[in-house]
This record gives sequence, structure tokens and C-alpha cells, in this order.
Amino acid sequence: MPKVIYVSAEGEKKEVETPVGTTVMSAALKNGIDGIVAECGGVCMCSTCHVFVDEKFFDKLPPASDTEEAVLEISAEERQPTSRLSCQIKMTDDLDGLIVRLPAKQR
Amino acid sequence: MPGGVVIVGSGQAGYQTAASLRAAGYAEPITLVGEEPHVPYQRPPLSKGFALGKQDRESLEFRPANFYRDHSIDLLAGEKGVTIDRAARNVLLASGRQLSYGSLVLALGARNRLLPIPGATLDGVLYLRSLDEAAAFNERLQHAQNVVVVGGGFIGLELAAVAGTLGKSVTVLEALPRLMSRVVAPSISEFFRELHAGHGVKIVCGCSVVEIAGVNGKAREVKLADGTAYPADLVIVGIGVVPNVELARNAALPVANGIAVDEFLRTADENIYAIGDCAEHPCHFTRARVRLESVQNAADEAQHVAATIAGHPGRYEALPWFWTDQFDTKLQIAGISQGHDHAEIRGNAATGKFSVFYYREGRLIAVDSVNRPMDHMLSRKLISASATLAPEQAADESFDLRQFAAKLPRH
Repeated sequence: MPKVIYVSAEGEKKEVETPVGTTVMSAALKNGIDGIVAECGGVCMCSTCHVFVDEKFFDKLPPASDTEEAVLEISAEERQPTSRLSCQIKMTDDLDGLIVRLPAKQR
Repeated sequence: MPGGVVIVGSGQAGYQTAASLRAAGYAEPITLVGEEPHVPYQRPPLSKGFALGKQDRESLEFRPANFYRDHSIDLLAGEKGVTIDRAARNVLLASGRQLSYGSLVLALGARNRLLPIPGATLDGVLYLRSLDEAAAFNERLQHAQNVVVVGGGFIGLELAAVAGTLGKSVTVLEALPRLMSRVVAPSISEFFRELHAGHGVKIVCGCSVVEIAGVNGKAREVKLADGTAYPADLVIVGIGVVPNVELARNAALPVANGIAVDEFLRTADENIYAIGDCAEHPCHFTRARVRLESVQNAADEAQHVAATIAGHPGRYEALPWFWTDQFDTKLQIAGISQGHDHAEIRGNAATGKFSVFYYREGRLIAVDSVNRPMDHMLSRKLISASATLAPEQAADESFDLRQFAAKLPRH
């Protein structure tokens, strides 16, 4: 099963086995990653599952939709070039080892 | 005096209060009391992805059961608050158990408004608010042919879209002259009427439902005052909700159109807060007292009260926002448009992508966006910052809203 590595704002790493097709957001909620809030439940209405994707993986992701791009405009911590919403990243085998850094604040 | 927080109600507001308290480092006991026998879950998907079979039960949970154990949140599922003893600072539960509190958070939610007509209790007449009700709806829908939806608000239209998508014959009966009339402009109502009609959903506005007729105890048709009858083997009623205020009222706390709270979300008792669907608060934006039924309101008020209890009080000033998904169309609402005296359209309804910008005395107060997510998100920034966007700028698509919003101070 592919792994996602969540890195907290304090630098603490946690590896989570994530079934293919599961979003990086929902794997975080199920596995006690507190830095992801996901207030709207994954429908691109809030920005509280914002992550910074490691550069090595960023280009492997399908591009963000217009809706996701819009939400990143309102992220609590200012967006960076590799910012994504974790609710929009679905796990694939190709993404095994995906590193996402969590912002210090989600609201 | 006892310490700790008791939260009565384990919907979005109750769950979020508990989670935010722990996230803020609050170390005293937290008890979360919920009537339903489930781990706290999200309601919005019940009339969307869950009804379409795209989401399972587990995906609705905010957090798995072990989250509550790991964060020392005592989750009492299937329990109900019965009375509050304000002097002794404790809550009596239906089971007879008593809970002492330092702070009490009432996140009691609301219940479905019942249809007050003959036949409303027939088999096949359903309401949808809870997970159990949603599961029953999904089961019934599979076998239904003719679905009649009473109420053309968010819930009714979302369920009509679900039933239409699943190939059912669907009729929506709305008492008022247009759809979602409490919250959106006529141009938006008309767009959604056409959207539904385009998918074969029959929409009847300005009608009065007087009876549900049945055979052998099962609903068979829905009758209007003018004599029209619509065949129905499934009737779904979405005519609004009634806030759960009784626990507060019985404790002599002031209640208006919801449990009355101040700008700090406190009731008349300084140790008791009320948040979410059950509470009426002074709105920073409309300068009126409002009771809102939304995820945003529940989550933001919860986080606000959690911060207050954790030692960081402040005035509640979060911008209300809402959304609804019907067929492939997303309607996003920023702010509260009620009381507007002017509206401007950005984009073109004929393309299926447009926004309505609402003004009051020259001030931008709300924006409804249909399939224009960037307008919505930028509008939240604009309204929150009280930005001065001229109506001509709003209507002019060549005016760059993003650049304009980027110059505003960050929230």
C-alpha cells in the first residue's frame, strides 16, 4: 500500500499507509494527523486541509481544478507554489512516499 | 466550583468545540453528549454524495472513534440532556446521570419542521436530517418510481436532484412563488428552476399542499388546494427546521428565534454558551440578530467558543457562507443578501456561470456564485474586509477581482 508522509509545522513526521483512491485528507483524519481540519468535508468550500506538497512529487499530481485554485486564494497560511488541498489529492501507487508539509495554521 | 466543559449536542458544532478545545491545549475534562447512537458525522453529504451512493458511512465521520479516546473526550452517544441546574452547574441526562461543568456549551441543533396536513404520517413520507433518516431515504428511493418533494429549499432541491439523477420521476412542490426564495435572488431561483426542468424534474411553485392520500397506510398521492394530485410512492418533506431550544428555555435562559447569545456567543448565564443551528447571535455583517443553519456557522462558532473557554475571548465576527450542489451545479453564497437594495450580475446565466453581487446602501453585503468558485472565494475576502467594490466593477468581467482582492489586508 502506498505511503504518505505528513510533516507537521514543527517538523514531526508521520507515515501513513493509504489505500489507492483514498484522499490525502481523509487518510489524515483517520490516522490522527491533527494539522488537517477538513471543515467542509472535502468539497472545496474551505481551505482547512491545505498542504505544501514536496517539490519532488508536485508535478506527479493532476493539476488543481479551478475550484481548488479558488479555495487556495483564501488559505489561512499564504499559498506557496506547491500548495494543494489534500482533499483533492487521491492516492495512487505512483505517489508512494508522497511528502506533504502541514501549515502552522489552517484557520 | 467544578471545572471542565460539557457540550450538549454532537453535530458539527459540538464535535468542533471538543476538537478545537483540545487543539488549543485545553487540559480539563471534556464531555460530548449526543442523542444519536453514532460517532459524530457530517450532515451535508447526506443529501448529496451519500444519497447518490458515492460516499459510505465511514467517510461521513469527522474522526474515527479512537480520536475521542486519544484526546480524552468523553463521548456519550445516545444520551440526551434533560435539565440544567444553573446554580449547581450540572446537567441531568435522560439516563439519570449528572454531569458537572465549569462551562456548558449548548450545540443542540434543530429538528425537522413537520408537515401539518392529513396523511403526513403515512408510510412513505420521509424527512431527512439524521444519518438514520438518510439511510432510510436511500433504501426507499431504490424502489420508488414517483418521488414528490415538498419544499423547494436547499434540502428539497438537493434530494430532487439525487432522485432525478437516479432516473426517478420527480416533482417539487414549493409554497412560495420561487425556489430558495429565502436566500437567493430571483435570477438564481430561475436558473435552478431551469436546471431542474432540464433534467426532467417538474417544479411547481406557489402551490399549497393540503393532503397526502394513501392506500393501506402507504402514501399514494400528494394533493394541492387547487385539486391537482401528484402520484407518489415516496414523499420527502424539506420545509425547514425548528431550533432545539427547550433545554435552555426550561433553565430560564432567554430564547427568541433560537437561544439568545451575545457577541461572545454567551447566553444570559456567563458559564453557558449556545452555538450552531439552535442559537441566535448578533451578526457583525447584517447588524441584526440571526440564527443560521450551516456548516460554516457551526464550525466557526464552535472554534470561537473553544478559544474563549481556552482563555482567548473575543467578539464573533466570522463571515457566513453556504453552498448547495444540485446536479452538476454548485451554488456558493458569501454573506447574507437579505435587505439588499441593489444587485449586479457578473457573467452570464446562459453560460451556466454567473454571480450576483448584492449591495445595501452602496456597500457589498453578499455574493451568490453559480459555478464561479473564484468569484465566491474572492467575495469572502472582499466582504470580510468591507472592501469598496463599485457595482460597475462587480458587473465588469474585465475588472480583475483577484488583483483587487490581493491588495486587501489578509484576514
